[in-house]
Amino acid sequence: MPNKKQKIVIVGGPPAAGKTAVISQLIGLLKDGGVVAAVCKIDCLKTRDDEIYRALGVAAAAGLSKDICPDHFLAVNLEEIALWGERRNADILIIETAGLCHRCAPATKNTIAVCVLDCVQSIRVPDKVGPVLTNCDIAVITKGDMVSQAETEVFWQSVRLLNQNAEIVEVNGATGAGAQYLKIAIDARQSAAGVVGDELRHDMPSAICSYCVGERRIGNIFQQGVVTKMEFSE
Amino acid sequence: MSFESITIFGGVDKDGKDESIRELTIGRGEIYSVIGFTGSGKSRLIRDIEQLAQGDTVTKRRILTDGKIPEYKYRRAPEFKIVAHLTQNMNYITDLKCGEFLRLRAECRKIPAAAKNAERIIMTANGLCGEPISDETPLTALSGGQSRALMIADTAINADAPIILIDEIENAGIDKKAAMETLVGNEKIVLVVTHDPLLALSGKRRIVMRNGGMAGLLGTTERERDVFDRLRELNAYSLEIQRRLRAGETL
Repeated sequence: MPNKKQKIVIVGGPPAAGKTAVISQLIGLLKDGGVVAAVCKIDCLKTRDDEIYRALGVAAAAGLSKDICPDHFLAVNLEEIALWGERRNADILIIETAGLCHRCAPATKNTIAVCVLDCVQSIRVPDKVGPVLTNCDIAVITKGDMVSQAETEVFWQSVRLLNQNAEIVEVNGATGAGAQYLKIAIDARQSAAGVVGDELRHDMPSAICSYCVGERRIGNIFQQGVVTKMEFSE
Repeated sequence: MSFESITIFGGVDKDGKDESIRELTIGRGEIYSVIGFTGSGKSRLIRDIEQLAQGDTVTKRRILTDGKIPEYKYRRAPEFKIVAHLTQNMNYITDLKCGEFLRLRAECRKIPAAAKNAERIIMTANGLCGEPISDETPLTALSGGQSRALMIADTAINADAPIILIDEIENAGIDKKAAMETLVGNEKIVLVVTHDPLLALSGKRRIVMRNGGMAGLLGTTERERDVFDRLRELNAYSLEIQRRLRAGETL
């Protein structure tokens, strides 16, 4: 039987931003502090991240969304994931989402939302990611050691402009530098008990066109449901 | 945030043993070099200082400013600009022209006269590298040396940070002596990680790293100052030869 309240942290962000590396560094610090962590990774087609987490000595689970949007899949499974964490007696349950379209924010209102962004891609990344950043509690910037300090500054500034309330921390996933600040930021926040009745921070993209249900042929005559067409200004 | 000195309290080396140097205070206007073999922990020391570590990194070092623990917010955010950090691994990745980016950056930091600021940075950078950079050069088209020169010029001119950390900038084919003079012109706390003997001896003292720990602290001796002068002549000679070879001359 579940016997204590676990803190739930949902980590999102673009692919290859360093989510797994950042979480791994965080796990090291949590373990040092005697905190029991469990990690659930949501991915699309395949993942080996659960093995990485297990090798760090924490309980790990992986869910593959296959044909479904992984953030929808997470929302569908969040109650079960939370129960799994409780069964594993976790003090903290970390859910790593698949980095995809950035149209939605996978986090819910009562969980702690972390958005991981790497500043090597482009300093315009913050403008592109949308709700996963604008609705997060903690923004983590990675790979800052590879980019000029001037650009890192501009990057911070654009993150700050898009989300005035987030705490911003810089973490080096490779060396672990800065991971302690992420831990402090998480320690300072609470997530509410239980996920049933909790709400998504942002609506998910509607997925009800022909292609959502398996259509593969291109052309108007094959399209039904919600079909949004582009307008060209010429 | 302004302060006059930093104090490094020693932590542990890679074996978890106490490092030899237990306490070291560096004041403004002082240059320390950090030397040691590859993997000896030089960059780790620099990172501890950059983060103003408080026993919360693997080395367990603590860094105080003016003898006090710096406020948490200063330790975390580059918004407060305590440390300027330059390493050989840093690159420009932004798809903008040099001038465009420098002006954007100056506006970001609320530096008055953004255009003038950008102009000065490019001019200073051109004093350090061979082929000149222009306002129109895309950042991503800069060569290794040009990038390094631009970062150095930027750090030197927008120099709010009281601490400057320099990690092996000697390999980029720029004038390292001129680079150092550009960077440390005014009252700064400077640490230079280097394998270059000239840079190693240009500081007031040098920190010797071994097995992850600060193993020794050596002041520059009289004899070393003579060696330094000799190295400087050799460097000037070498630079001149380099210049002529680059220009396509025969010797």
